[in-house]
Amino acid sequence: MSSSYLVLPVLIPLLAGALSLLFWRSHTAQRWLGVMATGALLWTAVLLLLLTWREGIQVVEIGNWPAPFGIVLVSDLLGAIMVVLTGITGFATALYSLTSIPKQHEKYGYYPLLHLLLAGVCGAFLTGDIFNLYVWFEVMLVASFALIILGGERAQMEGAIKYVTLNLFSSALFLSAIGLLYGLVGSLNMADVADKLSQLSGEERGLVSVISLLFLVAFGIKAAAFPLFFWLPASYHTPQVAVSAIFAGLLTKVGVYVLFRFYTLIFIDDTDLTHTILLWMGILTMLVGVLGAAAQFEFRRILSFHIVSQIGYMILGLAIFTPLALVGGVFYIMHHIIVKANLFLVSGLVYRLRGSYQLKDLGGLYRSHPWLALLFLIPALSLAGLPPLSGFFAKFVIIRAGIEAEQWLAVAVALLVGFLTLYSMIKIWNEVFWKAVPEGASCTPRIYHPQSEKLGMYYLPIIGLATMTVLIGIAAQPIYELAEAAAAQLLDPRLYIDAVLGERP
Amino acid sequence: MNGKSPTKMESSLILRAAGHFLLPLLVLFSLFLLLRGHNEPGGGFIAGLVAASAFALYTFSMGLKSARKTLRADPRDLMGAGLTLALLSGVPAMLQGQPFLTALWWPLTLPLLGEVKLSTVLAFDIGVYLVVIGSVLTIVLNLAEAEENAEWKS
Repeated sequence: MSSSYLVLPVLIPLLAGALSLLFWRSHTAQRWLGVMATGALLWTAVLLLLLTWREGIQVVEIGNWPAPFGIVLVSDLLGAIMVVLTGITGFATALYSLTSIPKQHEKYGYYPLLHLLLAGVCGAFLTGDIFNLYVWFEVMLVASFALIILGGERAQMEGAIKYVTLNLFSSALFLSAIGLLYGLVGSLNMADVADKLSQLSGEERGLVSVISLLFLVAFGIKAAAFPLFFWLPASYHTPQVAVSAIFAGLLTKVGVYVLFRFYTLIFIDDTDLTHTILLWMGILTMLVGVLGAAAQFEFRRILSFHIVSQIGYMILGLAIFTPLALVGGVFYIMHHIIVKANLFLVSGLVYRLRGSYQLKDLGGLYRSHPWLALLFLIPALSLAGLPPLSGFFAKFVIIRAGIEAEQWLAVAVALLVGFLTLYSMIKIWNEVFWKAVPEGASCTPRIYHPQSEKLGMYYLPIIGLATMTVLIGIAAQPIYELAEAAAAQLLDPRLYIDAVLGERP
Repeated sequence: MNGKSPTKMESSLILRAAGHFLLPLLVLFSLFLLLRGHNEPGGGFIAGLVAASAFALYTFSMGLKSARKTLRADPRDLMGAGLTLALLSGVPAMLQGQPFLTALWWPLTLPLLGEVKLSTVLAFDIGVYLVVIGSVLTIVLNLAEAEENAEWKS
């Protein structure tokens, strides 16, 4: 039965989406189905992680077609960790959606799309086949295209056009790179490709570098890395907050995950080229993101620019490419997804209370809602990297790895960006929570379900995620060990290849 | 609504006559493609497209209201049912301890038809068939509706 743990994280959201379509007349059924399905997803994801932790890399050959020919689902520690994070974000979002999603959105299929998105994300984390990865990317993108324009406001359309155009461009690059790769090695199973690329002769290496750079650009766009990141801050602040939160937590991280997978498993021969480019990408992404945020005065836009900046740290972890740096990268992903989703959820609650995202219209929330202020402060300070919260350890490990690898520029930029992040978070704190309510500011709460409106369902996921942030900080040691084990698996591609293709003499 | 369908296309006699006869023929053809897809070119996806195009043609010739009536089920329900069926077709293999979506076969001998092979693959194909019909018709019928509403207003 161990094989079913690998399939369930994909199967549960897909089935939940299908059932939501069948129950599309009853919004109540869809809401609770959403909570139950994401809860079940989280549960199976945790079981999968435990199984992978205890027994090593898990593989399922879908439909019983043997490995290099059929599609395999593979769960190594990194993949399993990502699925658990998907479960956490999905569950928090489903709870948050209970009261924060307007009826009109539910009517146009919010829940089926949400489940489809989660299925696409989980599929991308678990698949061991490059073309299948492309398909899951498309599943995810189709669902996200629909979610981002749900509601059909002008700003949403404007953001969605940039989002769709760049993502389609990236998909086209991805597909051409797949075509070239298939032409070169005649296989798309990741383990098989990695195995065959390591045996190529000298003159074909040039083509491998070209293909690896094509993949780098394609995934760089998906991960919102410099220079093609601007679709993200242009679009993430436009949809409903629950949608923003799940996008912020998960979608770009799929791009980061794939970068981690490809540049530790498949393209590892020419690290002088690829990982130097990754290093510069990481540095510039950090810097540009945080500078962009400094110029913004809208709650969610600031947070969106910070996603970009934080992506830089993760890519930096991959680019330095020492064991410690990879540990830092994996740790950073774990910390970041929880913190970032939570910050968006807080911004949604502020909007619910005050009816605005503009910093100039907000104020006085510390006086009226001190607990909310505290709940904002936990993820905000964690994002900036203050001890003892999760972000401190994430940044600490990466910066330490940078010092050990003598990448002084990267270290300097990482430290500087940490300070600027703190500046941004303090800016939000001052404007939204600390200063008095500005005169003449309109203060109209947004209530979508007047009969059953309770703030409990807003607070519950925020409190849960904030608790996790604190716990990752306090119990950093076990999480660090998990990240260390995941990084150790990433650094030994043989483990992955043998798990999928079987031991070879 | 006074029962009068406002489509302009209704005036074409040839289209109306053809739509009337082509619908059952095309649906039958789609079923043929669906079953044939087992061993030869065909299958759930292409069969679903043929069936959906049959209903699209019917919508253009007979109007939206009678198309919805002929279809009976709401396209969204078809989508949901089809997706559920396709996913569940992979589960029996899991219950037997084999990987998800492994094909299982149950050959049956029926009195008139000879040997019939029932399989989870067939259930998957029927699921795909329903999903394709459902999603294409959701789009087509919604567009037709928007068009009609626009004509009503003008």
